[in-house]
Amino acid sequence: MTPRLELRGISKSYPGVLANDDISLSVLPGEIHAVLGENGAGKSTLMKIIYGATPADAGQIYCDGKAVPEHGPAVSRELGIEMVYQHFALFESITVVENIALSMPGKMDLKGLALRIREVSERYGLPIDPDRLVLSLSVGERQRVEIVRCLLRQPKLLILDEPTSVLTPQAVRKLFETLRQLSDEGCSILYISHKLDEVRELCHSATVLRGGKVTGETDPRQATSAELARMMVGKDLPEMMVEPSELSHMPLLSVNNLNLAPETVTGTSLKAVSLEVFGGEIVGIAGVSGNGQGELAAAISGEKITSAAEDIVLEGRPIGHLNAGRRRDLGLGFVPEERLGRGAVPPYELSENALLTAHRLGMVKHGMANRRKARDFAADVIEKYNVKASGPSAKAHGLSGGNLQKFIMGREIELSPKVLLVSQPTWGVDVGAAAYVRQTLIDLSRSGQAVIVISEELEELFEICDRLYVICNGELTPSLNRADTNVEEVGLLMTGTGSKPAAPDVQTESVRYAV
Amino acid sequence: MDLFISMFAATIIAATPLIFAALGELVVEKSGVLNLGIEGMMLVGAAFGVWAHFAGLPMIVALAAAVLAGAAASLLFGVLALTFMTNQYAAGLALAIFGTGVSAFIGRGFGSTPVDAIQPIHLPGLSDIPVIGAMFFQYDPLVYFSFVMFGAVSWFLYRTKAGLALRAIGESPDSAHAIGFEVIKIRYLAVMFGGAMAGLGGAYLSLVYTPLWVENMTAGRGWIALALVVFAAWRPKRVILGAWLFGGMTILQLQGQAIGLKVPSELLSALPYLATIAVLVLISRNRQAMALDFPVSLAQPFRPKG
Amino acid sequence: MLFKIEARAEPSREMAIAAPLIATGLTVVISSLFFLSLGYNPFVTLYTFFIEPLTTMNGISEWLLKASPLILIACGLAIGFRANVWNIGAEGQLIMGAVAATGVGLFAPWQESPLLLPSMVIAGMLAGIAWAAIPAFLKDRMNTNEILVTLMLTYVAALVLSYLVHGPWRDPEGFNFPQTALLPYNGMFEVFDYSYRLNTSIFFTGIVVAVTWLFTERSFMGYKMSVGGVAPAAAKFAGFNASASIWIGLLASGAAAGLAGMMEAAGPLGQLSPQISPGYGFAAIIVAFIGRLNAFGIVLGGLLLSLLYLGGETVQMSLGLPSSIALIFQGMLLFFLLASNFLINFRIRKTAVRAH
Repeated sequence: MTPRLELRGISKSYPGVLANDDISLSVLPGEIHAVLGENGAGKSTLMKIIYGATPADAGQIYCDGKAVPEHGPAVSRELGIEMVYQHFALFESITVVENIALSMPGKMDLKGLALRIREVSERYGLPIDPDRLVLSLSVGERQRVEIVRCLLRQPKLLILDEPTSVLTPQAVRKLFETLRQLSDEGCSILYISHKLDEVRELCHSATVLRGGKVTGETDPRQATSAELARMMVGKDLPEMMVEPSELSHMPLLSVNNLNLAPETVTGTSLKAVSLEVFGGEIVGIAGVSGNGQGELAAAISGEKITSAAEDIVLEGRPIGHLNAGRRRDLGLGFVPEERLGRGAVPPYELSENALLTAHRLGMVKHGMANRRKARDFAADVIEKYNVKASGPSAKAHGLSGGNLQKFIMGREIELSPKVLLVSQPTWGVDVGAAAYVRQTLIDLSRSGQAVIVISEELEELFEICDRLYVICNGELTPSLNRADTNVEEVGLLMTGTGSKPAAPDVQTESVRYAV
Repeated sequence: MDLFISMFAATIIAATPLIFAALGELVVEKSGVLNLGIEGMMLVGAAFGVWAHFAGLPMIVALAAAVLAGAAASLLFGVLALTFMTNQYAAGLALAIFGTGVSAFIGRGFGSTPVDAIQPIHLPGLSDIPVIGAMFFQYDPLVYFSFVMFGAVSWFLYRTKAGLALRAIGESPDSAHAIGFEVIKIRYLAVMFGGAMAGLGGAYLSLVYTPLWVENMTAGRGWIALALVVFAAWRPKRVILGAWLFGGMTILQLQGQAIGLKVPSELLSALPYLATIAVLVLISRNRQAMALDFPVSLAQPFRPKG
Repeated sequence: MLFKIEARAEPSREMAIAAPLIATGLTVVISSLFFLSLGYNPFVTLYTFFIEPLTTMNGISEWLLKASPLILIACGLAIGFRANVWNIGAEGQLIMGAVAATGVGLFAPWQESPLLLPSMVIAGMLAGIAWAAIPAFLKDRMNTNEILVTLMLTYVAALVLSYLVHGPWRDPEGFNFPQTALLPYNGMFEVFDYSYRLNTSIFFTGIVVAVTWLFTERSFMGYKMSVGGVAPAAAKFAGFNASASIWIGLLASGAAAGLAGMMEAAGPLGQLSPQISPGYGFAAIIVAFIGRLNAFGIVLGGLLLSLLYLGGETVQMSLGLPSSIALIFQGMLLFFLLASNFLINFRIRKTAVRAH
């Protein structure tokens, strides 16, 4: 059988990085082919090259046996290659049907198109309303729009980039059904992921990437997770060291019945959110992205100031009216999910980025910044937290995601916070650095500090947290002990359809959440 | 009544250059680009219009010259902002200054020579209707054309695929690029349209409204057009409303001076500027209303990744 | 053969120096062609433009005299621009500074006191600050775009000035010219030499340059404001006060522009007239960008732009070229400078066409 898609010797380099190094792979018609690799292995670059969004430096692409000479997104579409991006290419201010119309050839016929959208979405079990504004859709719904957009063009090859990172476990299962149906109909699928279990469950074959190179080709249904992981990471991962925790008597941080209107049209409002964190524990906040995590993080950190001081209490002291700087003075540290532009100033040197929050460690005298101290501090953090950087004068945007995360986390921990809030600690962080970051958080909590982790990766939360809250549509469930719950239960709560867990010492009462 | 009719008509006329310039800028900003150089482009249009007129070319050609000059001037901004990814504020200001210089250079020698202005057209039947005729059917062709352009811009933005694409680019150039739109090229076209419209607005001043060449004759109208787009919260209909409001303010001020109000003429002259500030304050306070049609990527440099 | 644009991993230091030279070179080349097309010998014109003004003591005095307000205002603007606070109305603040200072100089009861000049300095700065406080308040409290407000207020300031010199402040013995009486001797800056107009006010500019450098490059507040300009979310994350940036950015530039206006009135002009500023407030924006918002860069930019003004006057007088040439030059130079800065962060490479 002629492969639907074949790559031979694809290479691509960016300044300072060889993203793809002589990569070859082939996908048969109707095959679900995984491209497996950890963050930074070059998967996304490869997909963009296949789709034509980025030109390759070298190599050749064949589609149905024919070489593709001048590549580009338009060529891809003609060849029947469609792509669902990890971060969707949807426009929020216009409707679903308008969004889809933009990528359809020829004249615009919104009415006819809306009909076809309904047809396709019914056929593949992807319910969407074509007339809704995208800004009113949940992340899961947006993904459906993206997939329907591709399906309308009857693709021969569908590329999905980390499609499950925004889905609940239940929604993942439905997505897999749709993908299998497509595969049965003869559509090839390139499935990019770093999640071994999913790949083993869904895919017929897999190409494993590491550091931009192909490190293995295998049938994932036959291979074990450990074998795949070794191909992906190159070595066995260290085991997490989790000691039992000793809790403080009083909560170090509590959020009390916090209500907060969103800042933008697209935001989520927080509804009567309450939580408590004790010293010595890690508390996780699980949820599908876009359910109020960003708003909650901003409210706790002080980037967004709440109306009442008592909404947020740190060690018995109301801090809801204080800005992020004042809260940090009192011992509330924060590591945000966006490292470039929020946790660090991209074009600034690390020493200048040290000043951003560590200025309170005696780096400012008479209004003047002491650059030497900032440098020394940055050098200390680089050494102590294994940051791979040329030194304190390296620019923040020159660091890899993992190393910048280690720097920011180190900087915040060096401020000796009593409570550390970390949002998406391992987004875009390579596996080695992620393990390091998680261990650091565990160690921090075991030394008596309180740690809150907001994450969309359930596995990660189950690995490091003592207790979990689930956020859905701006509401927070009562907390669950990790030992007493499982992925299935949390997954249901993430969709807002699970039964509300019993709050400790409170009469059990099952309540169905409204969607 | 006569006074009302004449002031009404004068308002419509005074609003016309603002409508041209602001509609053009609206399209530019909808694509996510902020061109602060309208004042410069209007002046260039005004000067080239006069230049072509005195070169003995027919009026329609003089207008075309102004349109081309405005578009050419906008290209200077376009190259800086779109190709070289310069700070758009700086690039727009550079254009404002450069346009002022170029227009003064082109217009030198034409100063205070009156232009044989474009005249109102008489529409048999319509123009003779009492009151209505005087209010609606006694304008020069460009006034009517400004309404045609309003219709065209509204239709383009909200009824065509290209307009949809333009708005999409203004919201997220990265997404638009990802689904295959040539962001830079479309933005260039938008910028040039803005330049052409500003040039036409400028020519309206020098060939119809004033009608002669005076250095710096736009007197801040380019900046007011910019304010109008904010005032309009990026919606074409409200551009027209705003232009009438400011046109009316200008006429009120002239009228006040004509009937000899016992206030310094400078105070009256300051009215349009003060009104602009007042309206901006009122409109900006409502962030939600501003956010609805706001082109999110406004003034942010874009570079296709890869 | 094709060209390809590539982002540099690190900004190029060589290009940071070469860029302004390339831009100046291009400006010279293009303007030579321009002069040629107008029928002038480009070498003679360029000489008259750039060299001749500096061959006399008077020329140098005028050069520094014009550079001084440009540098002064640009320093103030740079503080705001770094924080993304866009004061485009320095011209208006300059006018108000000149108005207030002249008011004090002419009508303060302490005409004979040596404190007259210092009180004029304070009045000028306060007036500039007050005029800039309006957009600061509106931006901070009402979310109003400061670009438009500062600009509109420039037109209003020009009208205030026009009202005063045509009306209540008009010199009764001034043959009906729209100008005030001359400032008393006590209310004027001392000149270094009676043959030239350069005066002691230039020391103010020197101080402001030093303070600006210290503030932007060394102070913590300057750091906080820059963070707010480069990465607003990071400033919020760190808890830096955005309102403070708005107020400091606008008031600092207002004070500098007000002082510059006062220096014009109490310096070369000695009175108030509608021509108090040949557009210094706008040209200073260019100076700030030419100097890449850095105090020392601004000094160079101010000297360059002042030379353009001077050269424009010289070619007008000796060659009969129109005065608008100087404006065109300014604009062109700014275009090239802005474009050439691109080379600092990007490189252009030749590539061969290749099939994928």
